[in-house]
Amino acid sequence: MEVNQYLEMFIEESKEHLQACSEHLLELEKNPDDLAIVGEIFRSAHTLKGMSATMGFEDLADLTHKMENVLDAIRNEKIHVTPEILDVVFESVDHLEEMVMDIANGGDGKRDVSSTVAQLKRIELGEEAVPEVVATVEAPVVESVLEYDSFEQTVISQSSEQGFNAFEISVTLREDCLLKAARVFMVFEILEKDGDVIKSSPTVEKLEDEQFDQKFYVAFVTKETAEDMQKKLMKVSEVEEVVVTTIDQKKFSEREYEVQQEVAATATAVVEVEATPAKAEAASNPAKAATPAKADKAHAPVGNKTIRVNIERLDILMNLFEELVIDRGRLQSIATEVNHGELNETVERMSRVMGDLQTIILTMRMVPVETVFNRFPKMIRQLSRDLNKKINLEIIGAETELDRTVIDEIGDPLVHLIRNSVDHGIENPTARRAKGKPEEGTVVLRAYHSGNYVFIEIEDDGAGINREKVLAKAISKGIVTQEQSYSMSDKQINELILASGFSTADVISDVSGRGVGLDVVKTTIESLGGNISIESTQDVGSIFSIQLPLTLSIISVMLVEIEKEIYAIPLSSIIETSIIRSSEIMNAHNQKVIDFRGKVVPLVFLEEIFEVPSKEPQDEEFHSVVIVRKGEKLAGLVVDSFIGQQEIVLKSLGNYLTNIFAISGATILGNGKVALIVDCNALIK
Amino acid sequence: MTNAVEQENIKVIVFQLADKEYAIPVSHVQGIEKLMHITRVPKTAKYVKGVINLRGVVTPIVDLRERFELPISEHEETTRIIIISLEDMEVGFVVDSANDVIDIPASAIEPQPEVVGSLEEEFISGVAKVEKRLLILLHLEKVLNPLK
Repeated sequence: MEVNQYLEMFIEESKEHLQACSEHLLELEKNPDDLAIVGEIFRSAHTLKGMSATMGFEDLADLTHKMENVLDAIRNEKIHVTPEILDVVFESVDHLEEMVMDIANGGDGKRDVSSTVAQLKRIELGEEAVPEVVATVEAPVVESVLEYDSFEQTVISQSSEQGFNAFEISVTLREDCLLKAARVFMVFEILEKDGDVIKSSPTVEKLEDEQFDQKFYVAFVTKETAEDMQKKLMKVSEVEEVVVTTIDQKKFSEREYEVQQEVAATATAVVEVEATPAKAEAASNPAKAATPAKADKAHAPVGNKTIRVNIERLDILMNLFEELVIDRGRLQSIATEVNHGELNETVERMSRVMGDLQTIILTMRMVPVETVFNRFPKMIRQLSRDLNKKINLEIIGAETELDRTVIDEIGDPLVHLIRNSVDHGIENPTARRAKGKPEEGTVVLRAYHSGNYVFIEIEDDGAGINREKVLAKAISKGIVTQEQSYSMSDKQINELILASGFSTADVISDVSGRGVGLDVVKTTIESLGGNISIESTQDVGSIFSIQLPLTLSIISVMLVEIEKEIYAIPLSSIIETSIIRSSEIMNAHNQKVIDFRGKVVPLVFLEEIFEVPSKEPQDEEFHSVVIVRKGEKLAGLVVDSFIGQQEIVLKSLGNYLTNIFAISGATILGNGKVALIVDCNALIK
Repeated sequence: MTNAVEQENIKVIVFQLADKEYAIPVSHVQGIEKLMHITRVPKTAKYVKGVINLRGVVTPIVDLRERFELPISEHEETTRIIIISLEDMEVGFVVDSANDVIDIPASAIEPQPEVVGSLEEEFISGVAKVEKRLLILLHLEKVLNPLK
């Protein structure tokens, strides 16, 4: 079979399934009794097995099959989830990931996994020794299959007050049942004739999609008796077994009094419950949101319509749009010259439409940071094991979106920073106890939008930065001098750890002390047009905060003129523009400065810096100054005149001209000429 | 350039610089452009004239006269920019005029004679004698090298 054309899709989907596997495994580790999660993992593994067998990657299919056996045993409650078993499953997922990566890189996906396979086999066989014990365990499990949140509890208790019976019904379909969804539908039809379905497990959507095995559970209120219901349901063909049990309301009766006042709300909700089972799910969702752990469990796939588009095509689209932006600039300048009413109108309209188009294209290229973040839970798990530390990773704002080009670059610096937080930040449990902190350290990974920037923060409640230690090290490494160190602020000292040639760990560990240092992180982030800052309090913790631009390719600039040359200054670094008199310029140590709103701001004469050829030096009365900033430092760039603000497409100067002082790139103006973009960071020391 | 020699015939672009004719293999030439507006790039080598907008691509321009330290002349009607691509670089060369595209038999190419003796010597990979014309083959890597 010709499979090459499917290879790309196969690799993409395999990665997704493996990612889903690891996410659910981590979840399972937290709730080892939740068999629904096992079901999820099983399904991902099953699909993966099918795909890889079709594509002819036997090793991949084989290992998945072995893993699937173990999962199946867990799902059927033949084995209990233990950390040891999870370790082996994690290991298999790692192997599978490696294999898929190998295939993606043009390999054949072969890999020696014999030890993992042997372990999986052992686990799988281990269960056969004690089958009888398991059988007895199974019966009581039925009772506690469904969990109810406060909303559902209220509905149940309310209805029992009105003389309804609340049952938990488990329906088992025959193994050879062909139309499971149809049977489910019939069961629900019978149920809804006689009462209200409050909850089902799996969810109704999943039942309709046949995403379950033979058995499903329903919570149900009715006036009928248990026997009657059981008999009615048994009439549905291909149903093997129906067990009806009364829901034990004592378990949640203590909560009842709290919810009395919600009666009104509940009444309307019950009406909705009657309407359709699907709506019941929707109606109970907000209630579930109150208890996040449960909400996760009931998380149904959102029915958004999406298509897969090759990223290359998006890049082409972006390039074409950039061409358009340049032509728009040209049209605008022609229109201003010609000054023709209708032409102006058309150009203006076109500009507006293009503005919208730009927003859409840019958002299309936006990817949630989740794609980067989702590899961290597993990494933290591994790290905490390696380092014998207890660490809890919290991820906030994973849905925050960033341009794909930024996403591609940000992964490695984040890995570095998280490793740093875990290794140097979080103390080992003994040290933490001695400091009166909980044994388990917390690392928070947070992403959010603010203005035209995205912030990513890595916060830990670890040891913080030791000021003296950092200073001593920096002095010994010659990064700062003793004299300089006296005048440094805490923030400046913290940022010393980002300087090149710096590593404070006394013992170089395998985790973060590779001699690469955090300076690489700083360089990468700055090359993306971003910024990194550190806040830290000793023994309380540190926050590494990264500021990144939303997009890299189209930026707003202020165009300025120096003699006959035009330069572009990014708006993101401009604070304001101002016109000053020659008499306002003062001299301080051979440096011309001005007093700008109470601050002494050094002046940078771009004409001198850029060696602009000029006819003769003339003393002008007024100077146009652009006040720019880098962090908290300011500088005034002296230019001849301001032209105006414009959206421009960032272009590189190519591979021949690299490392040009104070020029970060170029752009093409409306008149077709090239203008250079001023790198303000290089002009401020 | 070295692999070009192994072929039977190589096709070259011939251009004029001062009183000599030079040649660049066609395989490295992206196109020949008329002189257009060049944006000066500050703090670069003297022979880097700046950058141009070559159909949306910002392309650096090197003045070969200045590169070879030949006497500078005013740009004229015949002045051309030859766009060269080498490895991952695209660079334009300002030349006095682009004359011809011709085939040179590989046998006509000789190693660089010692007698040339000017600065441009180090940029030459060989000379070819074709019908009484002496063509100087440029060593592109060396012409572009110091800035890499």
